[in-house]
Amino acid sequence: MQAPADETLIGQIARGDRLAMQVLFARHHVRIYRFVLRVVRDEMAAEDVIGDVFLDVWRQASRFEGRSAVSTWLMAIARFKALSLLRKRRDDTLDVETAESIEEPSDDPELAVEKQDKGKKLRACLAGLSREHREIIDLVYYHEKSVEEVALIVGIPENTVKTRMFYARKKLGELCRMAGIDRGWP
Amino acid sequence: MTTAPQDMPQDIGPTEIEALLPWYAAGTLRRRDRQRVAAALRDDPALAHHADLVREELAETIHLNETLGAPSPRVATRLMAAIDTEMGAARQAAAPGAFARWLTGVFASLSPRTLAVAASFATLAIALQSFMLVDVFTKPTGSAPGDATSAGRLHGTYASVRFARQASAAEITNFLHTYQATLVDGPTPGGLYRVKLAMSSLAREELGRVVQRMRQDRVVEFAEADE
Repeated sequence: MQAPADETLIGQIARGDRLAMQVLFARHHVRIYRFVLRVVRDEMAAEDVIGDVFLDVWRQASRFEGRSAVSTWLMAIARFKALSLLRKRRDDTLDVETAESIEEPSDDPELAVEKQDKGKKLRACLAGLSREHREIIDLVYYHEKSVEEVALIVGIPENTVKTRMFYARKKLGELCRMAGIDRGWP
Repeated sequence: MTTAPQDMPQDIGPTEIEALLPWYAAGTLRRRDRQRVAAALRDDPALAHHADLVREELAETIHLNETLGAPSPRVATRLMAAIDTEMGAARQAAAPGAFARWLTGVFASLSPRTLAVAASFATLAIALQSFMLVDVFTKPTGSAPGDATSAGRLHGTYASVRFARQASAAEITNFLHTYQATLVDGPTPGGLYRVKLAMSSLAREELGRVVQRMRQDRVVEFAEADE
């Protein structure tokens, strides 16, 4: 038997189908959790956020118009809630509209990298990127979102998506060089 | 979904190709853009090296995210509990409206003659009840009225019931009538109602049989005897 499409599940949820909600949750909660966790960097807070995200889905399923994939819609809700939480905590000093990246001192790759393994160093550098740069790299590489979908989730024009991704990668290259990996770019 | 080519110029230069490499590596480019990037990679070894770096970043990003683990099962438990609470509240809010619609439908289906007869009976019943109440309150008794009320609340046989989501007010009324039951409390956050099944305490076996029968009723989702 073929599993129902996400859009079908949303229609069922809009009619109050509890089971459809469980299926949608099972299908997406891990990826949404990881996306939120990379933003808020706190497991308990990330769990609270995803609970809120899916409760919103339960309440607002009838408003879903199908203009984007369900997973994109979920990501957009999750991002909004995660950023709201960060603002509430007052520990997010970034302007969400700017594409400028700022390294977080606690994630200095030179301090974080302990082993010589290139993969580990690269992952440490990825973790050392600013929230905005981490976010776009995760959306493109891990969540497999197109330019159009990233634009919808982050709320920026498509050309900005491309330039932000480019500068995120460039910053990653710089961090790698600082960590002793010369990749030949930038 | 893939990139929208309309915001891209017709002639994509090397820098723009470079900007598309991450989506090329992730497989989320439209066919047309994918072919352009593939052609550029064939002709430009430096760009091909850059694409290797992108693939390396992609692999490590996936690795990094996969090591983040998963949320605990309590997230699902809390979510479904919150949903149940909302469903219970929504059902409670909807019930009076549904019952009123059902009642309106019943009265609308009766002929004027039947209605007149029914009204006469109702008047008679009210008069009879008034007479009985006057009789009860004017007769001297051995105990205070407060004691009688308390006793009425304490005695009897009760069960907790959750009605099926699709059950209509008419079906619930019919169910209560079948079991000679009265709603006394609810709904709780879990959508449970407390019903009084009898004025006296039923034997455990008999109560078990009644609850078992209730569980087989399609109007009921859950039924349990209250000890």
